[in-house]
Amino acid sequence: MSGLQRLAGGQPVIPNFGQAPSCDTHNGTFCWGWFSSHVHSLFLPALLQHIELTVIAVTIGFAISFVFAVFTYRTRMLDSPVTLLNGILYAIPAIALFQILVPLTGLGILTIEIALVAYTLLVLFRSMVTGLRSVPPDVLESAQGMGLTTRQIFVKIELPFAVPAIVAGLRVAVVTTISLATIAAFVTDKGLGMPIFDAMQRGNFKTEFIAAASLAVALALVMDGLLVVLQRVLAPWIAADTQQRDRTPFTTRLRRLAVSDAR
Amino acid sequence: MTNPHISHSAAEIVFDRATKRYPGRPQAAVSELSLTIPAGEICVLVGPSGGGKTTAMKMVNRLISISEGDITIDGTSVRSLDLTELRRGIGYVIQQVGLFPHMSVGANVATVPKLLGWKKSRIRDRVVELLELVGLTADDADRYPTQLSGGQRQRVGLARALAADPPLMLMDEPFGAIDPITRSRLQDEFLRLHREVGKTVIFVTHDIDEAIKMGSRIAILAEGGVLAQYDTPEQILAHPASDFVERFVGADRGLKRLALRRAGDVELAAVPAGSFAGPRCTTTTTLRDALSLMLTDGAREALVLDEFELPLGVLTLDCVSGLLRAEVAA
Amino acid sequence: MTIASAFLDSFPFMSQHIGLLLHQTVNHLELSGAAIGIACVIAMPLGLLLGHWHRGGFLVINLANVGRALPTLAVIALLLVVVGIGFTNIVIALVVLAIPPILTHTYVGIDRADRDAVEAARGMGMRELAILLRVELPLALPLVFAGLRTSAVFVISTAPLAALAGGEGLGVIIVNEPSYRLSGIIAATYWVAALAVLAELGAALLQRTLTPAPLRRQHTREQTRPDDASDVALAVMRGAAP
Repeated sequence: MSGLQRLAGGQPVIPNFGQAPSCDTHNGTFCWGWFSSHVHSLFLPALLQHIELTVIAVTIGFAISFVFAVFTYRTRMLDSPVTLLNGILYAIPAIALFQILVPLTGLGILTIEIALVAYTLLVLFRSMVTGLRSVPPDVLESAQGMGLTTRQIFVKIELPFAVPAIVAGLRVAVVTTISLATIAAFVTDKGLGMPIFDAMQRGNFKTEFIAAASLAVALALVMDGLLVVLQRVLAPWIAADTQQRDRTPFTTRLRRLAVSDAR
Repeated sequence: MTNPHISHSAAEIVFDRATKRYPGRPQAAVSELSLTIPAGEICVLVGPSGGGKTTAMKMVNRLISISEGDITIDGTSVRSLDLTELRRGIGYVIQQVGLFPHMSVGANVATVPKLLGWKKSRIRDRVVELLELVGLTADDADRYPTQLSGGQRQRVGLARALAADPPLMLMDEPFGAIDPITRSRLQDEFLRLHREVGKTVIFVTHDIDEAIKMGSRIAILAEGGVLAQYDTPEQILAHPASDFVERFVGADRGLKRLALRRAGDVELAAVPAGSFAGPRCTTTTTLRDALSLMLTDGAREALVLDEFELPLGVLTLDCVSGLLRAEVAA
Repeated sequence: MTIASAFLDSFPFMSQHIGLLLHQTVNHLELSGAAIGIACVIAMPLGLLLGHWHRGGFLVINLANVGRALPTLAVIALLLVVVGIGFTNIVIALVVLAIPPILTHTYVGIDRADRDAVEAARGMGMRELAILLRVELPLALPLVFAGLRTSAVFVISTAPLAALAGGEGLGVIIVNEPSYRLSGIIAATYWVAALAVLAELGAALLQRTLTPAPLRRQHTREQTRPDDASDVALAVMRGAAP
């Protein structure tokens, strides 16, 4: 049963737990017993589904955005139409978009992924274009002057310059997707949103709320943390920047890097 | 041009063993700096980077706090004054100018008078007067800083610093970011302006030539903010107090001294009869420039004209090299 | 019902249910306005002060990252446990959503305001509050507003989740497919999107009025080529909403 069907199902039902412990029947703040008996049957699968939904959406979104971003960077076309589309898509509530897609693509994973990919596209596209444009003209000119080919300039200069922005965009895309994927359970029984809607249907069952929401929050924070680590590995100069100590402009440091790289 | 509204108020500034230390650094940034700047003079703080010249200047308006010692303005310690009152009474000009980009030129110049609560009509008159004083026009008041050239921006910065008629001006490499031709013109204009307004000026630069040109007195600061020499430009060029000063002013200090004297200041030979083939200069040409003219033309003498372009006398190469020798010997 | 007919039916739905739509629009705006207002009251003074002192950049950026990482539905679920259903719950969840863009944009805008102008102001004897309000804030306005606009769009388009937690607003229509059919959902979605776009336009208009004339072009220039890491971070943040 999807969240939609649950909510539409009329009266919220406090489940009859039979000989359940009093914590469950009295809807105590957090019932360890209930939680531990549902970890394997409910929460672990939901968590794995959630990770799966997120990884698929971000990977597809990344690939599509990359193509469009490079095209836009090279030709300077698509920029304003995409920015406009950006503004309009983000004005559409995700919970509505999921439902509107159902008649087109059904109640399966396809519906969820189409919406999730759509929301990642614009973040990733914007960050890639911003990153590529952060290469200062003098760096490009000196690279051309040194005789680097267009391909070499792209690989050795433009991409490294774009890495910090791309990783920043990736962080936003990942946490946004995790957030939106919880809402996806409103139409299809997938991910950590499912136990949240389930708890609503059970008359706001606290244990289930706390467990599912905590897992969703923890997943977002851990994924964000992993990407910070990735950022430190790929672009170590960024760490110094957020620490405020080194006031050397970001571009100066990148320029040094690009020059040393071009040698 | 005289400006009756601009007073000739100037203050005497005394550095009394003024010291700046930063926590965690063994060497002081400025060490026991003692010097007296007579009212109305331009004192240039000059030295290599790390010499603490900007630090010394910023201790006067307490943008940097004084660790030990004191600085007084007309006998009043800067430490005893309210911070905002102190700063409102000191004109402040920096290299990057720091104009407020969101305000018109007029509003920029009016900043301190407004803070001091002047009447609107007085502020308006003052803005026009100052813009004209620094070589801009009243129409420029409505323009924005982004519409001005670098030289114009620094003129506005100067007008803004002069707005409340402060007896003291602090200038931190004010012409450092300007192209050489405009810089030279602004330097000349500032000297003219200074003769008119007579403020006491503390002027920071790393350029010894600018120091010699602008300074009534020059304070040379060495590494760690130690005062290496404090004297008039002539004395520093003629009698460097140490090897450090001698190196800093350069091997061409004899020539630099010639730059301080003008063709009208020396005794000239009589104008020869008949036509004169050599180069011409005026009484205000520096001896250094006159020497350069003669060497370029391969001439041994130059005709000096007075302000009506009439021949006054002849400057000879022997006369100039004689002065140069006497100076090096001295 | 096919999707095409649902789109077509959404217009008759609007005329048939105009009273409901207007009523819920008022509720929607009340909810969003409260959340954005509270977020401004919390985030702006903090951003202004930290930016003025050039302190706490690390804190601001990390706070914003954590705030942004919190799934709104999960926050609502946790708040259902703590404060129960209703207005308070959803307002808190939306405030959490709205704070990060406002805080980071305000902080970065003030922190990066022309340092030379600030030094000149201090050297001329302006008091700290005057420097903040009359020099730094006008210079930071384009960025402050960019943060506000981003937050407004986030909040208005996320507010339909309120209906899941006993709140009011256009979400009441969007989460009730059995009563209003897909055409109702589509109609309500148009309204939410229109509100978000109008809020963005309104903020842009206000920004234009408040921004000093010579600074009006700065913002577009900033978007074409970022100057440092914070520009990149902000540009990316502007492109993200739940």
